[in-house]
Amino acid sequence: MTLKNIIIAATLALSVAAAAFAEEPKKAPAAPGTPAATSAPSTPGAPAVTAPSALSVAPTAAPAPAPEKKKVELKANKVITLSMFAVIIGITLAVVVWAARQTKSAADFYAAGGGITGTQNGWAIAGDYMSAASFLGISGLISLYGYDGFMYSVGWLVAYITVLLIVAEPCRNAGKYTLGDILSFRTNPKPVRAFAAISTVAVSTFYLTAQMVGAGKLMALLVGVPYKTAIVGVGILMVGYVVFGGMTATTWVQIIKAGLLMSGAFLLSFLVLIKVGFNPIAFFDSIVNSPDIQDHVSKMVLKDGVILNGIDAGQRFLEPGLFLKNPLDQISLGMALVLGTAGMPHILMRFFTVPTAQAARKSVIIAMFIIGGFYVLTTLLGFGAAVNLTPQGIITVDPGGNMATLILAQTLGAEITPILGDIFLAFLCSVAFATILAVVSGLVLAASAAIAHDIYVNVIKDGHADQHEQVMAARVTSLVVGVVGIMIGLMAEKANVAHLVALAFAVASSGNLPVVVLSLFWRKFNTAGVISGLVVGTIASIGLVMVSPNMTYPKVVAAGAKKVVVALEKKQATLPAGQTLSEKDTTALAKAKVDELKTGTSIMGLEKPLFTLKNPGIVSIPLGFMAAIIGCLMFPNRRSEEMFDEVYVRQNTGLGMAKAIDH
Amino acid sequence: MAEKQYDWKAIAKNPKFEELHQKKTAFLFGWWIFSCVYYFLLPIGAAYAPGLFKIKIIGVINFGYIFALSQFFVSWGLALYYAHVANKDFDRLTRELVEELHL
Repeated sequence: MTLKNIIIAATLALSVAAAAFAEEPKKAPAAPGTPAATSAPSTPGAPAVTAPSALSVAPTAAPAPAPEKKKVELKANKVITLSMFAVIIGITLAVVVWAARQTKSAADFYAAGGGITGTQNGWAIAGDYMSAASFLGISGLISLYGYDGFMYSVGWLVAYITVLLIVAEPCRNAGKYTLGDILSFRTNPKPVRAFAAISTVAVSTFYLTAQMVGAGKLMALLVGVPYKTAIVGVGILMVGYVVFGGMTATTWVQIIKAGLLMSGAFLLSFLVLIKVGFNPIAFFDSIVNSPDIQDHVSKMVLKDGVILNGIDAGQRFLEPGLFLKNPLDQISLGMALVLGTAGMPHILMRFFTVPTAQAARKSVIIAMFIIGGFYVLTTLLGFGAAVNLTPQGIITVDPGGNMATLILAQTLGAEITPILGDIFLAFLCSVAFATILAVVSGLVLAASAAIAHDIYVNVIKDGHADQHEQVMAARVTSLVVGVVGIMIGLMAEKANVAHLVALAFAVASSGNLPVVVLSLFWRKFNTAGVISGLVVGTIASIGLVMVSPNMTYPKVVAAGAKKVVVALEKKQATLPAGQTLSEKDTTALAKAKVDELKTGTSIMGLEKPLFTLKNPGIVSIPLGFMAAIIGCLMFPNRRSEEMFDEVYVRQNTGLGMAKAIDH
Repeated sequence: MAEKQYDWKAIAKNPKFEELHQKKTAFLFGWWIFSCVYYFLLPIGAAYAPGLFKIKIIGVINFGYIFALSQFFVSWGLALYYAHVANKDFDRLTRELVEELHL
């Protein structure tokens, strides 16, 4: 049985590697299908959570003819990059083979038998959490918008205070494998588990789709593998890890990824700091004094009718407001992060892998130092990219700035010796690759645990399933979830996925978190409360996003295009006779003239957004809490109240804890 | 494997448990609210007090940058402080409770 698994895993690996190598260098990556509007930076106002995560990497076809002091381009060395990918695939598959041998019971599959230590789990949480969005997107935001990018990163760490203080230890003490376990403790288990599973699958699918599409585009841009091949390759690996190695393999893939990510960040920060002699003051001076940054900021603020030049413009780069322009949206996003992280099923699940509450506590603290340390280094990388590559140069490679870190690695390495540039770039590409694998595996595992453990074992089979059947169900479900994930990824190539991470956090914070907290801390809480909280929180989040500016509104696009046409035609009119618009302006004019004619409504049949914020948290979170409380009070339940003492003593002391080791 | 039966109601009324419960609740929710307030001061301050964020503190490094950076150190500090209190007080009370129950 195990041997068979190993063989299957090895075959899968070889086929993926072969497919990747077989792809002869295509010309340029196909022109991206995503309209520029999906990359948040191009739409001013506050970004959705997703801003960077959508990774709509759109290389501008025609670089601006404007004089550029530095030619910035991104060209990965295929041989080195793919060899590094192969090494990562090889190592992770060895881990899978090893993990598959020890995955015998349901506890092994879902919770690695409770045998992960606090330190290991801390690294795995960091690996599970930091997506390519954190790695590439935030440093890109900093490189283009300065301070706002840094401010944006803060919420992602502060979110862990909620995890640490409110959910980690109680969940370890009161739960077993899934969100459904925690919620069904003193409620009517079948309906509660069913709803908890639906919510888990919804959150994981939204997040997974965004990650898969980002992965496909990233791989296409980095190594020229076509989008569909990249999705299938990443998908096969992800399914392989989860199906064969369960939580043990997923955990180690995440640990390896976090290690690679931190090494990459440290290495690159070191190179950035060498240039300023390890003097932070000199580093900031170099930002403020960079003529390119000054020019870039001058142009940005000019759009708001502000005239700033020289050193004042440079200083402006270190002040807020260049990117995040809607404070209410910022606060709404902050709420979704601070409460949503603690409601993410794939994060909650990590606490069942450690043996005690003390280990759960330790793992969150370690994860906080890794994640926070990474974001602090990200500032160095982002500002370092702005200084060394110039924002103008970064934009020519990708308007959203997502490629800033990678170009920085290549440039700084090549300054030492050319081949080192290729090696650094290849290393960072493989970090991005490992990042994608680690995050998607965690999501597939969380979604399959909800379906297999909550719905199949506990709802359909009434909890009567032996270990063999449970593991089998878990494996089959992971396979199905993985295949569905791949199919969604293939279909969503041209879809606007920018809002999906925001949506995942919104559902987690408005649906899951209120009911988890109330289950653990409120005596009166009961079945009706769980169900109404989950349903209202989830529907409110999805509904608000559907009518928010995240969607595409043809008439709004047309109105914007009209302005462009007017402006460009005016410009044309002022040109001296005989001269024509630059090539870039001509293309922009042609595109705007097409867009100008767009008409119709968004998929919700709206002409303009009903809800003006991109992040629904500020409305949907209170709604989720209110629905949970009102639902609960309308249908009081004696049994739930009587069982509160048990839940509360258990979650505080760990007495009678469902040991993950039950074989 | 028969699970050990506990009298949960009795444990919940045990003075040791009540002490644990009170200390923990005050600490956890108190510090959680503190961290939220401190965090939301960042986006609110950036939007409504840009003048404050612009003030240069060290060279060209301004208050806004230092405040954002402080968020990291405050979070880390709070995490370490919680670990310290939990290891010292909460875990000790839990141990004493379990011993008292002769489990």
